[in-house]
Amino acid sequence: MSEPVPRVTLAQIFGAFALIGVTSFGGGIVAYLRHALVEQRRWLDEDEFMAALEISQTLPGLNSANMSVIVGRKLRGPLGAVVAVLGMVLPGAAIVMALGFAYVRFRHNPDVAIILSGVAAAAVGLLLQVTLKIGWKQLIKPRDLAFVVVVFLLVGVLHVSLVVTLACVAPLAIWLNRPCAAEGKRTR
Amino acid sequence: MTKIVGLINVFALLSLLAVGGGTAVLPQMKHDTADLHHWVTDTQFAEIYSLGQLAPGPNMTCVILIGYEVSGWVGAVAVLFAFFFPSSLLCYVVSSAWDSARGSPWRDAIQRGMAPIVIGLMLAGVYAVGKTASFNLGRGWEFNAITLAIGGAVVAILTLTKLNPALAILAGGAAGFFLLP
Repeated sequence: MSEPVPRVTLAQIFGAFALIGVTSFGGGIVAYLRHALVEQRRWLDEDEFMAALEISQTLPGLNSANMSVIVGRKLRGPLGAVVAVLGMVLPGAAIVMALGFAYVRFRHNPDVAIILSGVAAAAVGLLLQVTLKIGWKQLIKPRDLAFVVVVFLLVGVLHVSLVVTLACVAPLAIWLNRPCAAEGKRTR
Repeated sequence: MTKIVGLINVFALLSLLAVGGGTAVLPQMKHDTADLHHWVTDTQFAEIYSLGQLAPGPNMTCVILIGYEVSGWVGAVAVLFAFFFPSSLLCYVVSSAWDSARGSPWRDAIQRGMAPIVIGLMLAGVYAVGKTASFNLGRGWEFNAITLAIGGAVVAILTLTKLNPALAILAGGAAGFFLLP
């Protein structure tokens, strides 16, 4: 069944991504994207989705925005990409602005201040949990763990700039994982 | 005007440095916006980040609040554009080219090499926010014990259950209201 994908309109693309943008809470956007794009609308098959996700994670930028660019491009070229990113970002941005206004209005209220302290403390937990969930494979491999620790110390504790850190550490990390080295390890 | 240019410079660079998503640039963002330019205080930064966790969509859309704080609506729009456009354009160009380089072993090498760096950056992000939100030397030990406990409880609950993360964040707010001195 290799019939061409029916032409998706820009409005459909915007609608689909805006719906993901307003319903995805708590950072699990990849799961929402997969459900909407692969299972519900069948705009991508499973392999295409994984390929898009790999590129999104390797390139800088938010995964969700990068996924929108790639899927939008695939469906309708440059305009599709623009519309998909706008759909993904604008609803959340509007809600964040509304929350921001409420925050500015009420932050001097001691009850609100203390609730926000609780929210901030919980947000740190969420962030740590997501990091551990994505990174446990790196944390149990000694060589990867060494890179994790070095990058953490450079950026988090010593405040070395991100540009300098990436310029020094990334080439080394990629070189150590270069194709022929991996090949040699496999045959040994 | 100079402030708008400053905002665009800072967030456009952060956009292109955000390998592995927004969390990775949190320390640099905090350094640039709070310590370097004094656009927001440390506490404001942590609170703005928490508001982002409460809203749907990409969590880092909260950066527009920093733009708004600095110069109103123009600042918010400038930051939104600066933070999302450069990385999206790069993604558009590279994903077009990448399609033709499919199956190259170097693609794998880049991914494996970058993975631990991304995790290190994310942990640095946790540390940058946590220094204010979870363990703040300016507050009493009771306060810090409770904020650390809230964070730990969220890690445990989200690891063991499939609770919607937004609910865990709201529960943290409720716990703060009832427990914090």
